[in-house]
Amino acid sequence: MKYLHDIGSYFLMLKRVFGSFTKTSVLRHLILKEINDLIITSLPIVAFISFFVGGVVAIQTALNMDNPIIPKTLIGFATRQSVILEFAPTFMSIIMAGKVGSFITSSIGSMRVTEQIDALEVMGINSLNYLVFPKIVALMFYPFVIVVSMFLGIMGGWVAGVQGGFVSSSDFLAGVQEGFIPYQLFYAFFKTLVFSFILATVPSWQGFYMKGGALEVGKASTNSFVWTSVLIIAANYIITQLLLS
Amino acid sequence: MIKVENVHKSFGDEKILKGINTEFDKGKTNLIIGQSGSGKTVFLKCLLGLFKPEQGRIYYEDKAIQDMDDEEQRQLREKIGMLFQGGALFDSMNIEENVMFPLRMFTNRKKSDHLDRVNAVLKRVKLENVNKKFPAEISGGMQKRVAIARAIVNEPRFLFCDEPNSGLDPKTATIIDNLIQEITHENNITTIVVTHDMNSVMEIGEKVVFLKEGLLVWQGTNQEIFKTDHEDVTNFVYSSDLFKKIREVQNKEA
Repeated sequence: MKYLHDIGSYFLMLKRVFGSFTKTSVLRHLILKEINDLIITSLPIVAFISFFVGGVVAIQTALNMDNPIIPKTLIGFATRQSVILEFAPTFMSIIMAGKVGSFITSSIGSMRVTEQIDALEVMGINSLNYLVFPKIVALMFYPFVIVVSMFLGIMGGWVAGVQGGFVSSSDFLAGVQEGFIPYQLFYAFFKTLVFSFILATVPSWQGFYMKGGALEVGKASTNSFVWTSVLIIAANYIITQLLLS
Repeated sequence: MIKVENVHKSFGDEKILKGINTEFDKGKTNLIIGQSGSGKTVFLKCLLGLFKPEQGRIYYEDKAIQDMDDEEQRQLREKIGMLFQGGALFDSMNIEENVMFPLRMFTNRKKSDHLDRVNAVLKRVKLENVNKKFPAEISGGMQKRVAIARAIVNEPRFLFCDEPNSGLDPKTATIIDNLIQEITHENNITTIVVTHDMNSVMEIGEKVVFLKEGLLVWQGTNQEIFKTDHEDVTNFVYSSDLFKKIREVQNKEA
């Protein structure tokens, strides 16, 4: 019963987010601030993780190729497929659920605890539009982060493969270009957009409707990470079934 | 003027407000007092429209809040200033931005005009040279004064204060009380203060409403409250040793 109530409350929140808009000049400022807080500040950790995970994928593939018939180009091919199809869009989103999701929940939750949300409501401001809408718009730039992740993941694979002596540069690059299907990029970016909506709204819901004090803000952040991750994984499965099978 | 007619509010099976009738006068500091759990804050949130009463009506001047559509309620809220218990200043904004916030949201004047108005109200609450500081960098008393500045910057017609003295030393509390009363008189606004501080009642209680277990059991002025024989009120007023001793002295003198 509680889950049904929560689902209903989530959709009612979405309805309020898109009703009674905040003044455009204020909204523009808020969106730019959120782009900085949610997107720009995430780039270093995304770059670091992507580069090294791409390298690990290339090394793991190389180490598991003990049959001489299998061409070395497979290392580049496997790195590209792993990074573009799953690592960059899905697993990077799980990492972002930890970084961005907890930030959103704790910042909105703290505002709830310290009556800042009540202050917005008393002033006649649609607090959900003021707080959540700029986050949704900012996270529409999230595919840009995924492009960076894809590029650096493949780059990491190339560096690890070539510098580790597992594959020649030309073989790796040939593998990266082998059997490339542009539709897979559409699939990756489509699901990234769905994940970005989940990343913006589920943590916001957790923070906005939390009750209690500082301890509950911490609990809400943990719940936010758990539920955002669960929804991303579930959405990933459904989208994959719909678009690839 | 705010008029309240037979307001009831419950949470689940628990009845918090059980039919409140009263009027809050324009140009006066109206105090709502009572013990913790008497329903003061719920009553305040009903007045603000944050809680919807199940029964009863709340009139802002001539129109009941229950009869207003969303747009009318939004317009009404632009005329309301609110001082929250903890100040509720926005952590991510500096003092200047906090005070300027209602102006940015509801007016289309130039930024320099906004800045002039912000500096004027900060000066009015006796705060200067703090514009670029953040809420965490100033004391609790200063935060309350910034919150008052934010509440009055848009020239509201109604000012609500939820326990404005909580967490403040007696001297700072008196300064805040006097500031609220001065602003009320200067701007001829309807001010409602929720408190359980008897010092505030003595200082600024031009009209005092006493709540007990969701019922309005007494109302009068700060002069009358010390003369009333109402048992609940006297128990509340003379619960502190200081006031008991004052009463003993008064009785001896009489």
